[in-house]
Amino acid sequence: MGVEGIGASVVRKEDKRFITGKGRYVDDIKLQGMTHAHFIRSPHAHAKVKGIDSAEALKMPGVVAVLTGQQIVDDKVGNLICGWAITSKDGSPMKMGAWPAMAPETVRFVGQAVAVVIAETKNLARDAAEAVVVDYEELPAVADVHAAIKAGAPQLHPEAPGNQVYDWVIGDEGATDAAFSKAANVVKLDVTNNRLAPNAMEPRAAIADYDSAEEHFTLYTTSQNPHVARLVLSAFYNIAPEHKLRVIAPDVGGGFGSKIFIYPEEMVALWASKKVGRPVKWTGDRTEAFLTDAHGRDHVTHAEMAFDANNNITGLKVKTYANFGAYMSLFSSSVPTYLYATLLSGQYNIPAIHAEVIGVYTNTTPVDAYRGAGRPEASYLIERLMETAARQLKIDPAALRRQNFITQFPHQTPVIMAYDTGDFNASLDAAMQAIDYAGFPARKAKANAGGKLRGIGVSCYIEACGIAPSKAVGSLGAGVGLWESAEVRVNPVGTIEILTGSHSHGQGHETTFCQLVAERLGVPISQVSIVHGDTDKVQFGMGTYGSRSAAVGLTAILKAMEKMEAKAKKIAAHALEASEADIVIENGEFKVTGTDKAIALPMVALAAYTAHNLPDGMEPGLKESAFYDPTNFTFPAGAYICEVEVDPGTGKTSFVNFVAADDFGRLINPMIVEGQVHGGLAQGIGQALLEHAIYDANGQPVTASFMDYSMPRADDLPSFKLSHTTTLCPGNPLGIKGCGEAGAIGASAAVINAITDAIGKNNLEMPATPDRVWRTIHAA
Amino acid sequence: MSTVKLTVNGKAVAVDVEDRTLLVQLLRDHLNLTGTHVGCDTSQCGACVVHMDGKAVKSCTMLAGQADGANVTTIEGIARGDELHPMQAAFRDNHGLQCGYCTPGMIMSAIDIVHRHGGELDEATVRHELEGNICRCTGYHNIVKAVLDAAGRMKVSQAAE
Repeated sequence: MGVEGIGASVVRKEDKRFITGKGRYVDDIKLQGMTHAHFIRSPHAHAKVKGIDSAEALKMPGVVAVLTGQQIVDDKVGNLICGWAITSKDGSPMKMGAWPAMAPETVRFVGQAVAVVIAETKNLARDAAEAVVVDYEELPAVADVHAAIKAGAPQLHPEAPGNQVYDWVIGDEGATDAAFSKAANVVKLDVTNNRLAPNAMEPRAAIADYDSAEEHFTLYTTSQNPHVARLVLSAFYNIAPEHKLRVIAPDVGGGFGSKIFIYPEEMVALWASKKVGRPVKWTGDRTEAFLTDAHGRDHVTHAEMAFDANNNITGLKVKTYANFGAYMSLFSSSVPTYLYATLLSGQYNIPAIHAEVIGVYTNTTPVDAYRGAGRPEASYLIERLMETAARQLKIDPAALRRQNFITQFPHQTPVIMAYDTGDFNASLDAAMQAIDYAGFPARKAKANAGGKLRGIGVSCYIEACGIAPSKAVGSLGAGVGLWESAEVRVNPVGTIEILTGSHSHGQGHETTFCQLVAERLGVPISQVSIVHGDTDKVQFGMGTYGSRSAAVGLTAILKAMEKMEAKAKKIAAHALEASEADIVIENGEFKVTGTDKAIALPMVALAAYTAHNLPDGMEPGLKESAFYDPTNFTFPAGAYICEVEVDPGTGKTSFVNFVAADDFGRLINPMIVEGQVHGGLAQGIGQALLEHAIYDANGQPVTASFMDYSMPRADDLPSFKLSHTTTLCPGNPLGIKGCGEAGAIGASAAVINAITDAIGKNNLEMPATPDRVWRTIHAA
Repeated sequence: MSTVKLTVNGKAVAVDVEDRTLLVQLLRDHLNLTGTHVGCDTSQCGACVVHMDGKAVKSCTMLAGQADGANVTTIEGIARGDELHPMQAAFRDNHGLQCGYCTPGMIMSAIDIVHRHGGELDEATVRHELEGNICRCTGYHNIVKAVLDAAGRMKVSQAAE
């Protein structure tokens, strides 16, 4: 490892612009002649749109246009799509209702747009929106999953009778029933996985600019995957052919999944820009984020786990109702199916699993991938079950886990996934040592003597990342391939540009990706720049989500680097009159091994571009590209242990300690990896203790600002003790597994297991607010 | 419309604004100082924190007119040329930021915290004082480290002056 190579905690290159206020986010951009959009959104969870009267608004100063849902339908802008086809157990395709970018006839959740005002300033657009009169006829609404599937419930879409999108199954039902019929013990658990609002700190924003002479659109947008946005806008929404649409995602202020999707606001901004002949900007406010950014989680599950007389798991049965909200968002269908149920084996040998997932429409904001996407729900369920089982079987929860760990790899689970490698005992050992698990009973006794309830909770998570092998996901219904692309450009003076289809919105790619180049060529990272987030610069890419940028995106860069290095070695060998096989790359030089003959990279690059003396038949230039498609998912795994103290008088939970031991394979930049874990843990703990996107029975959101929705703040969280154990991922040449989601996947079960241990009651739903904990402590 | 006269990052400016204009709008839209961000519109997240007459304020929650005659410092105004403010350097060195969106407000609040507490800062105090600044990326772990680190650096640089 060099000082800036793989494994070095290099300080981030991108930080200077952020700490000096020079970041360039979408809302920071101004275009000549730019207008501003303000959306008129439904205050009702379910209603007919009887009419829209914009006459008064159009007379107001600075108003350019008022555009409605009917107009966008008339102009044949496509309905929003769901890109992953799921088949129900009866063989029928999933049942989806149409989702126009603005509702022409029916609104189905509070916040759905029906019209947009375009004006000279944001304030004028907002003023005029107040003057637009929308005539709604309210319809009965339903927000809760169980209420939505009852006979007589309000129906959202005629295409989906009973509000059911699909009834999907995985695993072997017969084998699972057989396991349960022979079980010595069965552990049962009902859990709700609470709905969350992603809340990236930067609200979504879009600027659309139509050039009528070129018939060309430019879209600046807060996206995790600008190329996917262009593809969808072009192929499905009829905005423009791909070569007439440039999508730029500049600095993006956090995503956590919510900025994967192509939302109505981007579509409307593009369409409106052409209609009014001027650039159109929309920047959401926080309440719009709560109302329209895709939410996460929202499962209601009943599960049963079968054990033999020796406490070995023999079977698992799961039935989950997943709330999709009012429309099927871009990847929503895959989240509670292939991203959830395929991880239900956890870290354990479970011979038979059967899971049924029923997807349900409700009059709420659409639900899609949020940090972890399905895997936190699976991990939470399994780890609550393991803790419940340990209590019921009266054995130590760590020992029960250890006894059932998978220890032989590769391991084929009964639910598709084939785990390639791991060492679950090693991470559990590391976490138990870090928290002094053996010393807990003494600490508990001491705390109890002081009137406090002390608890400890273990969570051993596994996730499937490095998303994803294209052929495999294609066979499961995905509408896209999930490879990544990269291009390496060595400039004539030897500086290097890496073009990547990954997108950094906090992950630090501008540093970590350079570290690979530093490692291979021995050049300082200051000589390397990363180009991303612009469809005119980077040919194609699938973007950043699913902890894929290092495992898939960086591997694509490695493949392009190898091609570039092979050509550069030929040039160097030719210049040095040596054999290509004898050339090694060290400290930015191409050397003839065992001699003092060397040529520096800039001279090789210059030779490639002057082309005065290249090997016969070689093309000039030094630029190579690669597409990398992974052969399997990667399987980061680890153990989190949390020790809490609960005040029985107030129900308030305080952290005594939180330790994490993760196996992410090879780490490129440990400092950045740890930062990713910290942030994930905060989101997992936030789910466990604080966060809940709540609707009343009529579909009115109760938590639509930071005044109402409890975001984790600095004094809600502890400092974390992190450690790493390592098994290299055999699926990619760098041995990387991915680290972006682990914290959010593993943390919530550790917290709830600790609190329920402290209070001596097993049933406690998230978020475990002081009120809820107090009531649980004092319940009969 | 009113003319608001104030000093921003050491420069005197006079800006004609609608009376309802917020200070953050004056900074971002009229002066192009886009380092100050808006994250919540309800005074909760602190992405908009600037210094007014030496104190941290949420610029989304006051009218531009209320800053008339004031001395305002934004994130763009705390470095001395290429020399970063110790708080900026500490955020970078401790990986106290990821997406960078909350960072300007965090840094401005953190400088104010150190000024108010002098050298008497500990982790619990920093966590409590950061209550009005929300970060979704870092879990605050490295932000807290950065603020404590900067408190030490600022003490040293003050002693040197």
